[in-house]
Amino acid sequence: MTAQAPDIRSVRARRSFFENVKRTLATAPISAWFGMIVILVYVIAAVFAPLIAPYGEAEVVGKAYQPSGPAFWLGTDQIGRDLFSRLIYGARNTVGIAFMTTMLSFLIGGTLGVLTALKRGWLDQGISRIVDAFLAIPVLIFALMLLAVFGKSIWMLILILALLDSTRVFRLARATALNVVVMDYVEAAKLRGEGMGWIIFKEVLPNILPPMITEFGLRFCFVFLTISALSFLGVGIQPPTADWGSMVAESKTLITFPVRTFPYIPAPFYPAIAIALLTVAINFVVDWFLHKTSGLRDEL
Amino acid sequence: MSSEKKRVKGETLLEIRGLKIEGNSDGVWHPIVKGVDVSLKRGEVLGLIGESGAGKSTIGLAAMGFARPGCRITDGTIMFDGIDLRKASEEERRELWGSRIAYVAQSAAAAFNPAHKLIEQTVETAVRHGIMDRAKAEADSVDLYRRLQLPNPEKIGNRFPHQVSGGQLQRAMTAMAMSCRPDLIIFDEPTTALDVTTQVEVLAAMRDIVEQFNTAAIYITHDLAVVAQMADRIMVLRRGLEVEQAPTREMLKEPKEDYTKTLWAVRKLAKQESISEDIALRIHGVDASYSGVVKVLDNVTVQLPRGRTVAVVGESGSGKSTLARAITGLLPPSKGEIYFNGKPLPKALKDRDKDTLRRIQMIYQSADTSLNPRQTIRDLIGRPIEFYYGVGSAERDRRVAELLDAIELNESYIDRLPGELSGGQKQRISIARALAAKPDIIICDEVTSALDQIVQEEILTLLMKLQKDTNVSYLFITHDIATVRAISDEIVVMHQGKVVQQGPKTQVLNPPHPAYTELLLSSVPEMDPDWLTNLLAKRSKAKA
Repeated sequence: MTAQAPDIRSVRARRSFFENVKRTLATAPISAWFGMIVILVYVIAAVFAPLIAPYGEAEVVGKAYQPSGPAFWLGTDQIGRDLFSRLIYGARNTVGIAFMTTMLSFLIGGTLGVLTALKRGWLDQGISRIVDAFLAIPVLIFALMLLAVFGKSIWMLILILALLDSTRVFRLARATALNVVVMDYVEAAKLRGEGMGWIIFKEVLPNILPPMITEFGLRFCFVFLTISALSFLGVGIQPPTADWGSMVAESKTLITFPVRTFPYIPAPFYPAIAIALLTVAINFVVDWFLHKTSGLRDEL
Repeated sequence: MSSEKKRVKGETLLEIRGLKIEGNSDGVWHPIVKGVDVSLKRGEVLGLIGESGAGKSTIGLAAMGFARPGCRITDGTIMFDGIDLRKASEEERRELWGSRIAYVAQSAAAAFNPAHKLIEQTVETAVRHGIMDRAKAEADSVDLYRRLQLPNPEKIGNRFPHQVSGGQLQRAMTAMAMSCRPDLIIFDEPTTALDVTTQVEVLAAMRDIVEQFNTAAIYITHDLAVVAQMADRIMVLRRGLEVEQAPTREMLKEPKEDYTKTLWAVRKLAKQESISEDIALRIHGVDASYSGVVKVLDNVTVQLPRGRTVAVVGESGSGKSTLARAITGLLPPSKGEIYFNGKPLPKALKDRDKDTLRRIQMIYQSADTSLNPRQTIRDLIGRPIEFYYGVGSAERDRRVAELLDAIELNESYIDRLPGELSGGQKQRISIARALAAKPDIIICDEVTSALDQIVQEEILTLLMKLQKDTNVSYLFITHDIATVRAISDEIVVMHQGKVVQQGPKTQVLNPPHPAYTELLLSSVPEMDPDWLTNLLAKRSKAKA
C-alpha cells in the first residue's frame, strides 16, 4: 500500500443496512409508527388469511344477517357468510390486486418516463401528448367504460387500472428524471457505450427513487380506492370473491338499521373502516418518508 | 448614510473578538470558526484567504451579524461602528444591511432577480431605506455604472440580467452594493466565476470604487494573486483558525508560517516539456455547431501526440468543451475529419465500436456530477473493467484495488459512496474510472478548476505520474494558465471557436504572441501587488 493521500479525512465507518434501518426507525414519529403497524397487520392478514380466518371465504356458515356474537364476531351477511372471515380474505383480494396494479403501473410509467427523459425528441413529444389526452379523462369513468367494453375479469381490471394509472406515474418519473439525465455520470455512461437498460435502471432510477417510492404509496391508495369504488358499483372484483368494496355494496341497506349488540356498528362500516384505515396509515408513512427524503428540516 | 466627515481613513470600523461559529449537519453541531479576531479600519481592505472549508465566507457573513441557516454564532463580539451586532435586534440589523454594510456574492447571475431590470435592483436598497428618492437614486446608479466602467452607462440599467455578460453583471452588483455608500462591503469571491480577461476589468473597477469612496472592505478569495491586488492586509485562515496576518507586501515577501508557505509554493509546479511526432489523435479542419446555426468550432485543427499532454486554453465560450464533445462523438462535426491512431474516427457516438469507445475516456470538471451518488467506488471503477473486459467479480475487485493503489487511495475505500469522500478524493476516483478502461487518450475537461490549490497540485502530480506509467495522452481543457504551465507539453489557444495558436509550451508562453494570446497571458494575475496597476498603465498607454 502506498502512502495515503494527504487530503484523506476521517470518514465514519459505513453502517450496515440493518443498522441504518434501525437508526431511521428510531427517529420515526408516532404517526409513522401507527401507519407501519397498521400496514403490517393488513399484510399479515392478507398473507395468512386461510390460517387466521375462522371460516372459508365464500362458505355459508349461518343464517342471514345474524348479529355479532361469539360464533360470528362481526355477524353474517345477507346469505349467512361470516363477515369477519370475509373481511380478512378481502384484505388479500383488495390489497393484493391494488398492489399488483400499482406495481404494473410503475413498471410501465416509470420505464417510459425515464426513457422519454433520456431520448427526448419525437418519442417524448408523442408519448407525452398521448398521456396528456388520457389525463384529461376522469379515471373512474374511463375505467367503467373500458371494463364495460373488455369484460369484467380480474386480470382485465388490473391491466386497465394499471394503464390508466401509469400516466400519472409517467409524468412524475419523466419530470424527476429530467433533472438526472443532464448529469455528467449519465453522459459518462453513454460515452462508455452502455445500453439503454443499464442507463435507465442503474444510472437514473436509483437517483429518482425517493420521490418514486413516495408516489408509490400515494398511487397505491388511489388504486385501492378506485378498485373499491368499482367493486361497489359492481364492475370490479366479482362475487363470490370477498372484497371490501362489494361488501359495502352488498350490505348498504343495513346502514339505516340500529345495531343492538356490541360493537353497535352497522355491517357496511366494517369494510369501509378497513378501507379508510389503510389509506390513512399509508399516508402517515408516506408523509414521514417524504419529509425525510425531501431534506425538509424543522426550524432550528 | 454616514456623514462625509465620519469617512476618515484610519478610524476603527469593525472589531470582531473571539468569534466562534458552529454548523449543524445531521443534527450535530460542530465548530466551523474556532475563535477568530478581525479588526478593520475605515478605508482598509482586508483579504481573507484559505482553502474551502476554512471558514472564510462564514466569517465574512458574521461581519454583518448574519449566520447562514444551519449555522449559529456561539461566542465572541462583533462591534460595527459602536454597535454590537450580536446584541442588536433583527430590526436594527436589517436597518444596517444594504445601507451601511453591503455584500457582493460570488455568483451575480444567481443573486440578481431575472425578472427585473438592473437599475430597479440597483436602486432598490437606497429607495427602501429612504436614503434617496427614486429619481436621485437612478441618476446616482448611472454615475456608479460610469465609475465602474460599464459600457453605455445611461442605457445599461434598462437591461435584464440575462442581457449582459457575467463580468458586467458582477460590476452591476458592485454598483448595487455601493448605491447607499456603505461603510463596509464584503466581497465573497466576486471574480472566481469570471474569465481572466474579464476578471482584470472587474478587479480594477472594484478597487477603484472602494478607493474613491473610502469604503472598508473584506475581500474573500482563494486566489492569492487576486488578493494581492486588492487587499491592504491579508489574513490566512485554515480550518476556522487564523494562521497569520500581515500587510500584503510583507506577507508576500516573507510568509512566516509553514502553511502559508505551502500556499505560496503551489504555483511553482512545472513540467519539463517534451515533444513527440507520434500522433495519437489528429483533428483536421473540424466545424461543429449546435442546431446548425451558430458555429461553435470553426475549422479547428489540433494534434495530440502519444504519451503527451496538449492543453487547450481559452475563455468560456471559446469552444474548448465543444471540441471535447466533437471528439467523443456527442456532437458530430459538420465538417472535417478526426483521425484516431491514423484511421478516421466514426463521427457519431453510436457508430463507434466498443474498442474505440474504450480507447477514448473522459474526466469531468465536477466529480460531484460525474460520479453517480448511488454507486459505490467498487461499482464506479469496476464497471468499465467489467464492461470492456468482461471479467468476473473477483478479477474486477482485484483490478479495482490495483487502481485505488495507483491513485493513492486505500483499498478500504472500495465500499464507500462518493458522498463520503472529499473533493480531491472524488476527482481521484474519476481518474481511476477513466484509467480502468486502459485508454489511449483521456480528455480532461477543467478537472482541477473546482478544487483547492493544494489539492489541484496533488491531482496534477498524480496525472503526470500516471502518464509516465501508462503512456496515455491527455487533452487538457482549462482556462487556468498556471495549470497549463504545470502539466502541458503543447498548448492550443482557442478564441471564439477558432484556434489562435498551437505549439510547444515554451513557444506559446514566450513572445512573440498573437494579439489574443498576449491579452490572455497578460490578464493572469501575478503575485506582485503592483501587477494590476502596472498592467492597467501599460494597456492605457498602448491604447493611447
